[in-house]
Amino acid sequence: MTEAFTEHFGALRDHLPGQDLPWLADLRDRDLSQLGDLPAGAQLLPLSEQLAADPDWLQAHLDKLNDSQLSPMLALNTAMMMNGFVLHLTRGTVLPHPVEVIHLGGAGDAPLAYHPRNLVVLEDGSQATLIEHFSHMGQQAYLSNSMTEASVGNGAILRHYKLQADALNAFHLATVQAEIGRDATYDSFVMTTGARLSRNEVSVRLNGEGATCHLNGAYLVRGEQHCDNTTVVNHLVPNTTCREVFKGVIDDKARAVFQGKLKVHRDAQHTNGHQLSKVLLLSDRAEIDAKPELEIYADDVVCSHGATAGDLDHDALFYLRARGIPEVDARSMLIEAFLGESIDQIAAEGLCPALMTSIGHWLADSRREV
Amino acid sequence: MLEIKNLHATVDGKAILKGIDLSIQPGEVHAIMGPNGSGKSTLSYILTGREGYELTEGEILFRGKDLMEMEPEERAGEGLFLAFQYPVEIPGVPNTTFLKEALNALRRYRGEDELDAMQFVKMVREKTKLLGINDEMLKRAVNVGFSGGEKKRNEALQMAVLEPAMAILDETDSGLDIDALKTVANSVNLLRKPENAMLVITHYQRLLEYIVPDRVHVLADGRIKRSGGKELALELEEKGYAEFAGAA
Repeated sequence: MTEAFTEHFGALRDHLPGQDLPWLADLRDRDLSQLGDLPAGAQLLPLSEQLAADPDWLQAHLDKLNDSQLSPMLALNTAMMMNGFVLHLTRGTVLPHPVEVIHLGGAGDAPLAYHPRNLVVLEDGSQATLIEHFSHMGQQAYLSNSMTEASVGNGAILRHYKLQADALNAFHLATVQAEIGRDATYDSFVMTTGARLSRNEVSVRLNGEGATCHLNGAYLVRGEQHCDNTTVVNHLVPNTTCREVFKGVIDDKARAVFQGKLKVHRDAQHTNGHQLSKVLLLSDRAEIDAKPELEIYADDVVCSHGATAGDLDHDALFYLRARGIPEVDARSMLIEAFLGESIDQIAAEGLCPALMTSIGHWLADSRREV
Repeated sequence: MLEIKNLHATVDGKAILKGIDLSIQPGEVHAIMGPNGSGKSTLSYILTGREGYELTEGEILFRGKDLMEMEPEERAGEGLFLAFQYPVEIPGVPNTTFLKEALNALRRYRGEDELDAMQFVKMVREKTKLLGINDEMLKRAVNVGFSGGEKKRNEALQMAVLEPAMAILDETDSGLDIDALKTVANSVNLLRKPENAMLVITHYQRLLEYIVPDRVHVLADGRIKRSGGKELALELEEKGYAEFAGAA
């Protein structure tokens, strides 16, 4: 198993930017983790070790962001809470490199469900980039039902990027709940290519003035995949900002859902909130259900929402072909250009080429099937 | 080089071209003039293979091969090029990527080695210098935010890089002021070679002052009503198309 893991890991490694990044691998086998030297004030531990080391701290921070609305999958996660990771940065600590966490499913002799619980606590003025990879080894179907709580203190910056390339027989349910303090930033990007059924649910509370969140994403689905991106952003105080752009490419009989809700509470004057869903439907049976939603109780805000769905631009396609570019290549160019616009927004240097590469692989697989 | 015989064509089931014969030899520049709605653009799209344009009768041979059997990209591979009346904006695709993909696709089609990044950049720089085009245009997304003049110059640049055997210029003068028209026409003239041919489609005579044709054809109501030398263009400028439009 370790050999297969290392091999798979090596393949993943090729996609990762830079060298010598701290890794936190299979949490039950710490020998595989390469944590390198985290700076003083930074700690990355499996949940179980955190529990053993400092139960009081954990108790003070875990399960604090759960909102009152009952979510069954979240309740299940809490009930079954398995290992996950805890990333904790004390005041003013800045991580010089991204932390990457790799989740692998599908091993073993029987289908498996797992419910990792993760906790990210960034104290005031600290900064981290967290990259999560979801992939698989082995052929077993699995259910991943993760929950991540993120607390971003005043003036802190959390860049949280997720590449979900789970097995096509897997179920991926992920919940993120984040609270963002004064002048703090939560920058999130979710790339989805995997899983038979996936739901990525992000709920953000902008708690302090000047708080900003970017919730962006891209997805490519085909076959009978189902991909759901659901977001809820609560603007609770004045002068908070949210930018949200999800772009998708849907082929065959695949189906995607975008539900985005911006809720501007009564005190949240001068909120700046924008959300957009844009989709390319590559087949007649592909489907998008888009529900951008604004709920506004303040009277001095700038908010917008929008959703588009369409085929590739026929004029552009003909233009490229008339210059000698074969149709499959022309289609790929237009799809890459469509998604590239959203990927260019990602702040982490080096991640954009890796994402473009994974788009390239997806397109290459599509061609092989044709 | 190009042989069009008794060409009939429809657009969305409507008959637009009703029997066109045209023969263009290497080194020749032919102009097709005609009133709006006479079928000029339909001819350019039938030649390049745009969806929705259908040949119902006749045949088109390009360098001896049946053009109708080919996909648009194969026609380009054989050396046919259309300078679009309305060049398409393609957000997210840098001009230089587009040019390189196109050039290497043509080279692959012809069984030639692809150019690597260095060779390509060197070659494009030569072309931009030749045409007096600012290299900055290469970095921008294809035609996005380009002025009318820039779009047409970009078409000329593509033509210079792809070096087609035959270029069709579809209303290249539309939307250009006189200065932009001159620069674009000059660019086109720089690309004229004895072994290449050109088909210039235009409504007005003024483009033909700069790109001087060997033959001029009047297209009206889907047929070529008259052919002549370059003096025919001047005559049309004076008298207009009334004579031909009425003859339908």
